[in-house]
Amino acid sequence: MRHLLSAADLDRTTAIEVLDAAAQMAATQAREIKKLPTLRGRTVVNLFFEDSTRTRISFETAAKRLSADVINFAAKGSSVSKGESLKDTAQTLQAMGADAVVIRHPASGAPHRLAHSGWVGTSVVNAGDGTHQHPTQALLDAYTIRRHLTGTTANPDGVGNDLAGLRVAIVGDVLHSRVARSNVQLLHTLGAEVTLVSPPTLVPVGAEAWPCSISYHLDAVLADQQPDAIMMLRVQRERMGGDRTGATGFFPSPLEYTRSFGLDSRRLRMLPDHAIVLHPGPMNRGLEISAEAADSPRAVILEQVANGVAVRMAVLYLLLAQERETLA
Amino acid sequence: MSSGPALPDAVPPAEPVGGSGGEAAGAEVLGQPEIARALTRIAHEVLERNKGAADLVLLGIPTRGLPLAQRLAARLAEVEPGLDPTAVAGSLDVTMYRDDLHKHPTRALGATDLPAAGIDDRVVVLVDDVLFSGRTIRAALDALNDLGRPRAVQLAVLVDRGHRELPIRADYVGKNLPTSLAEKVRVRLVETDGVDSVRIDGGAR
Repeated sequence: MRHLLSAADLDRTTAIEVLDAAAQMAATQAREIKKLPTLRGRTVVNLFFEDSTRTRISFETAAKRLSADVINFAAKGSSVSKGESLKDTAQTLQAMGADAVVIRHPASGAPHRLAHSGWVGTSVVNAGDGTHQHPTQALLDAYTIRRHLTGTTANPDGVGNDLAGLRVAIVGDVLHSRVARSNVQLLHTLGAEVTLVSPPTLVPVGAEAWPCSISYHLDAVLADQQPDAIMMLRVQRERMGGDRTGATGFFPSPLEYTRSFGLDSRRLRMLPDHAIVLHPGPMNRGLEISAEAADSPRAVILEQVANGVAVRMAVLYLLLAQERETLA
Repeated sequence: MSSGPALPDAVPPAEPVGGSGGEAAGAEVLGQPEIARALTRIAHEVLERNKGAADLVLLGIPTRGLPLAQRLAARLAEVEPGLDPTAVAGSLDVTMYRDDLHKHPTRALGATDLPAAGIDDRVVVLVDDVLFSGRTIRAALDALNDLGRPRAVQLAVLVDRGHRELPIRADYVGKNLPTSLAEKVRVRLVETDGVDSVRIDGGAR
């Protein structure tokens, strides 16, 4: 594995290998001294052309816990605002000796371009591009689901397991969600049955070809399928336009969206007892998820954040802790 | 992103390789009874040197140090009544502390599992199958440094094949095995490979 650009790049064996490595990384994060010397002398650049809190901090923490040097680059306040191109920016960073570039970009495909254009010789990790892919988020979701639903007393992290037979519902704004796209691919690769639940206006064209089923009715899915895990997606209103009343071209009003697709206490009670609630964050409390659901013991949302560090440590380890020559 | 077992030593042409195959080539230097006798002797030496099993922790280095540590702990428990072998044995993965990570394909990470009482102010005996360059042990010492402060650290190995690259020696040795760098020492254990044997393969023969 040279780059991590898409959840579709990971086959079942590789995905389980990443999750198992993440389990060992997570174990080291319970120690008093959390820092490992593994990537000493390597440099990781966080190249963020789009706002992000948890993903950037998570990658930064992961790299630092492995002793890599971290350079944070945010497009705001940089020469990008003077019109510097992605190519020139990336080559500048390469000249400063970066070994890996973690990139988030509003344009779908920007990480792929960076990895395959020959501009730079570094490993490229996609930290979210447009409405395309966010593979490390899918990995941390899969890790969280695996730990909670396949873990046993003897094997609390579910090391070596896949997600065969588990039912996962992904609910909400699928159209704008790279998290949903990556999760559908990765969870399917790992053997889970994925159902997308969304208003028809927020189902992307071509989604019927994805390896999942699609429903427009959350209550019916909860009652009939009894999902083992439910993932609420953020309604990405910054990508929807809309007026001051909250109405958009995608749904008539926030209240109507909440009534049809929000996870409230009634829907929480419809879930089976072992089911967990995920959300990639940041949450719109009161819109796609009620405060009661977000703060319930079934919500593993903060654990997702903690697991994100372990998963990103595993990805950086697997990409960087190998022959330097092959990276040239 | 392929990965082999966490191999005990560093230099490629001479590392013990797990699994079956290559049965015909080479010579068996230790069989099941010899390995059992060596471990029994080491167990007694550990007890003698440390005047009992109080404060002892046996940390096996994955992959094959771990079953060796568990066997040693079971033998200690036979001699020292009241000793719980599961409370003495643990594992210490050193992969993330190696200095040769970039020379190999990515290694799978093993588990680090310390006994509940921890290692602070206790006597840690590192257990590995083959002592070769000494780099694995250096990595293990670094890893221990991040986990606590043992009162003393000792080293037990099943086979010492020489060719050290660092000033490291073993306190307890199952068998000293003079080898050439071209030879491979293959340790196989029942727990990991289904059979107990130490063989030397390859080299001028």
